[in-house]
Amino acid sequence: MLEALQQVYWPEILQGTWDTILMTLLPLFFTVVLGLPLGILLFITSKDKPLAQPRFYAVTALIVNLLRSMPFIILLIILIPLSRAIAGTSLGVRGAIVPLTVAATPFFARLVENVLRELDRGILEACQSMGIRLPQIIVGALLPEALPGILAAITVTGVTLISYTAMAGAVGAGGLGDIAIRYGYQRFETTVLIVSVVFLVILVNIMEWAGQRLVRHFTHW
Amino acid sequence: MIEISHLNKVWRSGARTVTALDDVSLRIAAGSIFGIIGRSGAGKSTLLRTLNLLERPTSGSIRMDGQEITTLPHAELLKLRQQTGMIFQHFNLLAAKTVFDNIAWPLKATGLIRDAGARRARVLELLDLVGLSEHADKYPAQLSGGQKQRVGIARALASRPKLLLCDEATSALDPETTQSILALLADINRTLGLTIILITHEMQVIRDLCDEVAVIEQGRIIEQGSVADIFLHPRHDVTRALVAQSDPLLATILNPSRLGVTLPGLLVHLTYSGETTWQPILSQICACSPAQISILQGEVSMLKDTPYGQLLLGIQGEAADVAQIFNILDEHQVFHEIIPARTHAAPPAEASEDTENSEAHHA
Ligand SMILES: Nc1ncnc2c1ncn2[C@@H]1O[C@H](COP(=O)(O)OP(=O)(O)OP(=O)(O)O)[C@@H](O)[C@H]1O
Ligand SMILES: [Mg+2]
Repeated sequence: MLEALQQVYWPEILQGTWDTILMTLLPLFFTVVLGLPLGILLFITSKDKPLAQPRFYAVTALIVNLLRSMPFIILLIILIPLSRAIAGTSLGVRGAIVPLTVAATPFFARLVENVLRELDRGILEACQSMGIRLPQIIVGALLPEALPGILAAITVTGVTLISYTAMAGAVGAGGLGDIAIRYGYQRFETTVLIVSVVFLVILVNIMEWAGQRLVRHFTHW
Repeated sequence: MIEISHLNKVWRSGARTVTALDDVSLRIAAGSIFGIIGRSGAGKSTLLRTLNLLERPTSGSIRMDGQEITTLPHAELLKLRQQTGMIFQHFNLLAAKTVFDNIAWPLKATGLIRDAGARRARVLELLDLVGLSEHADKYPAQLSGGQKQRVGIARALASRPKLLLCDEATSALDPETTQSILALLADINRTLGLTIILITHEMQVIRDLCDEVAVIEQGRIIEQGSVADIFLHPRHDVTRALVAQSDPLLATILNPSRLGVTLPGLLVHLTYSGETTWQPILSQICACSPAQISILQGEVSMLKDTPYGQLLLGIQGEAADVAQIFNILDEHQVFHEIIPARTHAAPPAEASEDTENSEAHHA
């Protein structure tokens, strides 16, 4: 067992772990930046909401659902040109950011929409009854009320991104997934496979733990 | 002064339509407490919500101090809403904000008080008014229902509104807390001269708080007037049922068939309010008339600030003696009504219909 562990090329594992962290956190950041407004937009344009736009909502929701139901591996391939245009490459950590963001954003936006929908509708009504403008209501009341739910949504999205990075590894993105596939699957080096999977599991757990702490910290009820 | 005229609200979903408001017209005097009572689904909330245009009426007009509000442009509408407070059955506080911030944030977000120091002073003043000064830094989840509604009231009053709308403000509270909230509302009405419009399905709330009342049923106003008038002389079955619900004694008077007695002589129902309540009317009657009088039922109580009494008398005597009694009653402005024998020995069919009705109203 020890012998086997000694054969593992640790610097590469550490590099892979770091790459996975980058490939999770950077797209997670862009996902929140893009997905939060999109989720809010879906919410306020849906039926019975202040800016109800049935047609706009239907089209946006359709696009969101299309992207969500597309297998990630296919999205990776389709997005190669887009990634080259935006990130300058479709390879390595840099090349993975665009497809990962595109995959996670609709998923996250839907989660945000649902979190907002599950807030008591009385909150929106009370704010409207006080003559507060919609942008203020969203920023000052709805988002703070939804914060625990949004943090939970970010956590779930982060975990999903970690598992996507493993897949992105298959098309040369690097990271723990890439190592697991190259050593474990192609060269039958089971120990490396196990080590990289264990590291992935640890990353997922750290993400969940941090998320839960934050949710609890911001929950006042 | 608020003048609602010919207000309609129709919900359309596909081919089905629901008429939530049907030609509603009301006048509400400035500074008064106006109650709107009705059964579940009668259209109370819809009516109240049209007053700050949370709900757009399908047609009709609402004038506040002469100004038509249904056609206000958006910016003006926001201003109108800032000058109209609203409190809710389920309080609708922001759970992520402290009590202090629940009141302070709207003042900031509307730009009504931009200076943080002035805002703080205003919030502390309001917390004092509703008796929550010690709870400023708590979150709503740490408060009782009554305390939450006090925060709701403080928040609604923060912008110094001229009008306060209350949507079943006490329906989620226990009777004792309800009393304290109603007392607070009455106090605010007196000290701030604020007009209060409240909706409720509980006659007790109307009795304790309101000056005027309108009864709504299936989107129509079926009866309106002073509380004493509607309460003591309900004309409509629905009103009777609502009155009965808050006062079991009245229920039996209004449904004499339940008495199950056959009396020699007349059954007379007396109603009086205000000054008359303190007059020694019965002793005057007895002194002047040889007729035999028995008190079968009675109550003396208060409607908000108005004392009132109701008596059910059995009177046996010559026609002339009875006429004399009625003269004395008329002199003292005591409303009297002979309850026909047919009604108090009602046939079973009618009696069972009565029971059915009142059960439906209680449900
Ligand atoms: N958004 C809506 N869409 C369709 N119908 C509605 C809507 N809101 C209310 N209604 C209907 O309008 C009628 C009046 O409803 P409203 O909520 O005003 O009654 P209410 O008197 O306040 O009842 P409750 O005491 O139960 O609150 C009901 O028949 C209700 O089903
Ligand atoms: Mg209602």
